[in-house]
Amino acid sequence: MNVHDTVLSAAMDDGIAPGEELLHVDNISLSFGGVKAITDVSFDILKGEIRAIIGPNGAGKTSMLNVINGFYHPQEGTITYRGEERRRMRPYQAASSGISRTFQNVALFKGMSTLDNIMAGRTLKMHKNFFWQMWRHGPALAEEIEHRKVVEEIIDFLEIEAIRKAPVGTLPYGLQKRVELGRALAAEPSLLLLDEPMAGMNLEEKEDMSRFIIDVNQQYGTTIALIEHDMGVVMDLADRVMVLDYGKKIGDGLPEEVQKNQDVIDAYLGVSH
Amino acid sequence: MSRVDTRAHSDAPDTFPEYLLLNAKRFATRPAFRHKDFGIWQTYSWSEVLEQIRAFSLGLREKGLQKGDKVAVVGQNRPRLYWTFCAVQALGGIPVPVYADSVAEEMVYVLEHAEVAFAVCQDQEQIDKVLSIREQLPTLRGLFYDENRGMRDYDEPGLDSIDHVMQVGREVFEREGDAKWLEQIAGNKGEDISVMLYTSGTTGRPKGVMLSHDNLVISSRNGNAFDKLDETEEIIAYLPLAWVGDHVFSYAQAYVSGYCVCCPESPETADEDRREIAPTYFFAPPRVFEILLTSITVRMEDASAVKQKMFRHFMDHARRVGEPILNGEKVGVWDRLKYMAGEFLVYGPLKNRLGMTKMKVGYTAGEAIGPEIFRFYRSLGLNLKQLYGQTEASVYISAQPDGEIRADTVGTPSPGVEIKIADSGEVLYRSPGVFIGYYKNDQATSDTKTKDGWVHTGDAGFIDQDGHLRIIDRAKDVGKLKDGSLFAPKYIENKLKFFPNIKEAVAFGDNREKCCVFLNIDLTSVGNWAERNNVSYASYQELTQHPLVIEMMGAHVEQVNRDLASEEMVAGSQIHRFLVLHKELDPDDGEMTRTMKVRRSFIAERYGELIEALYDGSSEKFIETEVVFEDGRKGKISATVSILDSTVFEAGQQTIREAAE
Repeated sequence: MNVHDTVLSAAMDDGIAPGEELLHVDNISLSFGGVKAITDVSFDILKGEIRAIIGPNGAGKTSMLNVINGFYHPQEGTITYRGEERRRMRPYQAASSGISRTFQNVALFKGMSTLDNIMAGRTLKMHKNFFWQMWRHGPALAEEIEHRKVVEEIIDFLEIEAIRKAPVGTLPYGLQKRVELGRALAAEPSLLLLDEPMAGMNLEEKEDMSRFIIDVNQQYGTTIALIEHDMGVVMDLADRVMVLDYGKKIGDGLPEEVQKNQDVIDAYLGVSH
Repeated sequence: MSRVDTRAHSDAPDTFPEYLLLNAKRFATRPAFRHKDFGIWQTYSWSEVLEQIRAFSLGLREKGLQKGDKVAVVGQNRPRLYWTFCAVQALGGIPVPVYADSVAEEMVYVLEHAEVAFAVCQDQEQIDKVLSIREQLPTLRGLFYDENRGMRDYDEPGLDSIDHVMQVGREVFEREGDAKWLEQIAGNKGEDISVMLYTSGTTGRPKGVMLSHDNLVISSRNGNAFDKLDETEEIIAYLPLAWVGDHVFSYAQAYVSGYCVCCPESPETADEDRREIAPTYFFAPPRVFEILLTSITVRMEDASAVKQKMFRHFMDHARRVGEPILNGEKVGVWDRLKYMAGEFLVYGPLKNRLGMTKMKVGYTAGEAIGPEIFRFYRSLGLNLKQLYGQTEASVYISAQPDGEIRADTVGTPSPGVEIKIADSGEVLYRSPGVFIGYYKNDQATSDTKTKDGWVHTGDAGFIDQDGHLRIIDRAKDVGKLKDGSLFAPKYIENKLKFFPNIKEAVAFGDNREKCCVFLNIDLTSVGNWAERNNVSYASYQELTQHPLVIEMMGAHVEQVNRDLASEEMVAGSQIHRFLVLHKELDPDDGEMTRTMKVRRSFIAERYGELIEALYDGSSEKFIETEVVFEDGRKGKISATVSILDSTVFEAGQQTIREAAE
């Protein structure tokens, strides 16, 4: 019955032992013209952990994720991913090296079904070219069946069977977020970046999403970096938390430590700068 | 495939494990179960099912399951949970299915009372629930789960996966064969307890109804013969395992006649999966038929003008001639031709949409069904019938024979069942399906079952001139207003609920001056109406108190009063005042049973202030209520609820008589 259980987890194994460094960010600075989005930030992400990035609005959290997956290019600093230093990583390079992400504002193909959206996450794994796929027999079909198996496993995992064929544009927001997570998972990431996965959700949806994040982390050993505003969620989920404020790192450590950090409290409650 | 008559055998098996062995022989390659998994229907033949059940059963024996042990089965409709029933019964154990959506506190009562030795759970969620109450269950020796997901880090004594238990069982089978197992099966007798089903408990604590193999096997044989069901049927199993209906339709009858049971992918996909399977035998409480009809109506209102016109035209025609055609009455050639055109253009596609294209017999029971709804389905040519049953009767008490279908009766006594009406108006029955007793509750058993085998249903009813049984209400719910006129709350509530906009209603009036009601709007239907009429709202609560919604509800109440006025028996209990509740009545809050019946006394207590306000003449009332979320946490919601008067009509006839006369 659980024959597919291993398809994803085997694929996500990237040869780095849990607890070792997966990604290292060194002295990153990013500015847009005169606006300094990130100033001299360094931190690391260990294989197999859930790493939270928190901070008030405009602190540079999303910019940091964009730097990690190569969408923004920092003026200074380096990123070391799986032991390899990358100065200018492009998004598709990031994606094919095992970094996938979800977005703060859901970015799905609204007119396509849940199934097709998640299938789109498999694009980089497809080897048969466009013409083979048009012909859609023999090897191309066999390949599609393989991919469909993985997609079905994700659908089962995220419990979205009921909306398999529904156009995602018609779905409620909470479900769209789940589909987006599914699409990110379809790329079999070794590092999963989640940008506010729980924004705008009600309590039950948040609990569901938290459970899925923990399950992804535990069952597939996927490393997760997430941005989240709900402190309860962050404290429960994250192994380590980094805090940004005005583009600077003001705290880093275990959730309990960060919670007690005076700078962090000030940043959230607001003191005059 | 040669057809074996399942009914005429005098040496027919008398327990379910024996039926399993028989089916694996006579229907070896026929489908027994289907389950949609990873988006594909997986089929298991009877011989494969035998292999699986044998492995699980032998594995359970290795784990220490003994004759007489109770085994809780917690989860949704999964093949392996159904197989658990038979695997346990083969060893002389007694399965105790439990409502999967009950919260831990509800579950603990049943598991503790039944003294379960093992629990077979669907997934992590159910395992967590049982583990959270394990300390209160000293008799529990082992827990098994079907789905491995999330179970990796669990390290509890006695916890194991069904996969592993089956593996153990297969090793036993390879080592020593199944001779001993077959011997154990042969050692079980028809009068042994086959299953314990806990009644949902509209009143007080649930009671464990003990049913024997004989009860279920004979009732199923009679039921199958009555509707001519055989091994070619396909049904979809989507109702709670703990409910007697599901146990009989998806287990007992399936084993006795050898038909195929299909398990949906998840509860949310049941509609879609039913469309794919197109069951030939279908069972649903009226609620399901109501929801389906509401969704059709809502979708038709969004359809193009041409389609709407076509739909209305042919539905009018079906209403006129559909039922007579179905009943085999005389209908003119022109009308028949037009009906055939309608079948092609409207009824066929609609039935396809509903997943009812192949439906041979459909049943509705549990509550009264709205005559409009009932007629709608019948006019499409669907053989929908009503039956009246109880857990204590192994379902069947009365059912409508083909050709004698009416919306307001529940049919004639089922084969082998005798019915009589007590002086108090209460319906009593006696049949081969009558239960053995309530587990550890002799008091309740002797209160319900007389020495000579008659069982009190607790329902008030009468037999009409055609020999059909009619049910009015729960016998203890039928009361009187202060002026002496009859007050049958369910009767009034059902009339209200027949409006698609009203989901639930609760009527009050016993020992009071007049009748007043609480209403729950139906969010699908009212929400759609709001969208079309540019009524904006932010929440369920806000929608309920919208002046236009309340006005609409008022119109429904008035219509019901008009109806009531025309029926002399109930004309006195017209609705004087009503309010629309700010929250949906919910089993999680204890306001309804798990089978979705309102718990009147509980509601009366919880909303005491509102009831007071109904009778003291105030026009609105502030209320704060505690709500329980699915995970058991609590929150509060508050609202100001408006209360309105309704028009009362002159009774059609002045003399108001009592029901018993």
